[in-house]
Amino acid sequence: MSNKKMLLSPKTKKILLGPLSADNPIMVQVLGICSALAVTVEMKPALVMGLSVMIVTAFSNLAISLLRNTIPQRIRIIVQLVVIASLVILVDQTLKAFSYEVSKQLSVFVGLIITNCILMGRLEAFAMSNKPWDSFVDGIGNGFGYAWILAVVAFFRELLGSGKLLGYTIIPESFYEFGYQNNGLMILPPMTLVMLGIIIWINNSKQQGKDIK
Amino acid sequence: MKGIRNFVDKIKPNFEKGGKFSFLWSVFDGFETFLFVPNTVTKSGCHIRDAIDMKRGMITVVIALIPALLFGMYNVGYQHFLAIGEIADFWKTFFYGFLAVLPSVIISYVVGLTIEFYFAQKRRHEISEGFLVTGLLIPMILPINVPLWMIALATAFAVFVGKEIFGGTGMNIINPALLARAFLFFAYPLKMSGDDVWVRIGKHHQAIDGFSGATPLGEALNDNIAAIHDTWSISDMVLGFIPGSVGETSFVAILLGAIFLLITGIVSWKIMLSIFAGGYLMGLIFNLVGANDVMLIPAWEHFLIGGFAFGAVFMATDPVTSAQTETGKYIYGALIGILCVLMRVINPAYPEGMMLAILLMNVFAPLIDYLVVQSNIRKRVKRAKDVMVKI
Repeated sequence: MSNKKMLLSPKTKKILLGPLSADNPIMVQVLGICSALAVTVEMKPALVMGLSVMIVTAFSNLAISLLRNTIPQRIRIIVQLVVIASLVILVDQTLKAFSYEVSKQLSVFVGLIITNCILMGRLEAFAMSNKPWDSFVDGIGNGFGYAWILAVVAFFRELLGSGKLLGYTIIPESFYEFGYQNNGLMILPPMTLVMLGIIIWINNSKQQGKDIK
Repeated sequence: MKGIRNFVDKIKPNFEKGGKFSFLWSVFDGFETFLFVPNTVTKSGCHIRDAIDMKRGMITVVIALIPALLFGMYNVGYQHFLAIGEIADFWKTFFYGFLAVLPSVIISYVVGLTIEFYFAQKRRHEISEGFLVTGLLIPMILPINVPLWMIALATAFAVFVGKEIFGGTGMNIINPALLARAFLFFAYPLKMSGDDVWVRIGKHHQAIDGFSGATPLGEALNDNIAAIHDTWSISDMVLGFIPGSVGETSFVAILLGAIFLLITGIVSWKIMLSIFAGGYLMGLIFNLVGANDVMLIPAWEHFLIGGFAFGAVFMATDPVTSAQTETGKYIYGALIGILCVLMRVINPAYPEGMMLAILLMNVFAPLIDYLVVQSNIRKRVKRAKDVMVKI
């Protein structure tokens, strides 16, 4: 019991859950939009991408937080980049080894995790000035905040755009016989912006309601 | 009239603040001002008011659309009987088209107004007739064979994303009716382009041999310029006996609407004129280059085929989404005309460019206004400096 309490103190809990809605990297900070546009045509690459980013944010946060007192101020960005880059290469190689198809679909975007603004943002804003455990939790929270938005967007884009989920056909054949058609706009990148906009709108109106209360 | 007035006055207290149905105030207000000129008095600011308010303006546009709509209905029937090789009298032809077009008008009104009323209630805005125009435009700029559920979906998307997200009537950046068309165009390209969507054959009929169903612009896309002039005479194009979106085919009917709009002063003649001028100029340039058959389409013929005239008169002139400054209107209009002809002639993927040209310039309209205002300011500052130097 006491151990559990230590694991997730109220402060840590806030660090973990904040990025899910109130301080979400995509919805509120509007970071990492480019990859959100590129990988959300289907569920599977989106989930893998979300997971990869989560792992990289968590462990780079942890590593930088451990090193934070020894990194010279002047070269801190380079050190951060080295840490992120090595983690991204690890993730990339693992994907290539164990799920080559998905890795091919994600193509350059796994490599581009290095330039994802969420990572540098978290390292600069959080890991450089917080303890390792808190930083790790912050990385998980932000990675998850990114991942769930990607999953939601990809869910609608794959379902409405190709009538499938995770590659399995969901919309029955009889629908198509009645004249139903897949929405081609959902497959095009602009629709992601519209959907992200709607998600941000919903989130904002929810947050506003909270503030008034 | 008096009876209606009395009735409205009698039920009015129920909808006012504290009344039983006060949450329905904007619906009530919407209907009351639809029936009667509001009797509110200006309390502050300028007391000089024009007799025409937004509601009357919108209704004027609806009236201007009626010739094109009626002709569009007739043309749907005409194309149908032409395709199945049957000869029908005027009323049979018109009635066929009337029954074909009516459901799409109803569906776009029902869906759009439901969303509009919901948001007006929620935000306690007034309801305006803005959607009466949009809701009529949507079926008029679509091919006749678009399924009703697609019209419903596109209307919902357009009102929601194109209008309500930005804050409702008067706040939208792009024309909602064109957004509905663009949505369908990219979401369901099979139902929005090609040769099968423009003429309704019907389940129980067969098209005659040699029937193609392509529009003039569709033929142009396939480099079939000779086919355009073989199939349709110039008078067909002017009067509108060509396949196309429901309301766009007849130059004459659109011209009637345009004259009505210009006389009532609802829309800007500057925008209309500069669109035609820009399109004509671009057509002439292509004629001079003349690298292929499509470039050799006479410049004035671009006005007659496709949605050029309809877009220029009814869509681009929308006072909310067009440029507001007087110089800006010329730039805005000319660029629409130029881009439209450019897309028609050069772009291999889209047969028609009017929709995309107007949407693009809708987005750029605020920027044009900004530049015009800024250059005006610079000019005046310079003039002031010159005067100072002289003194």
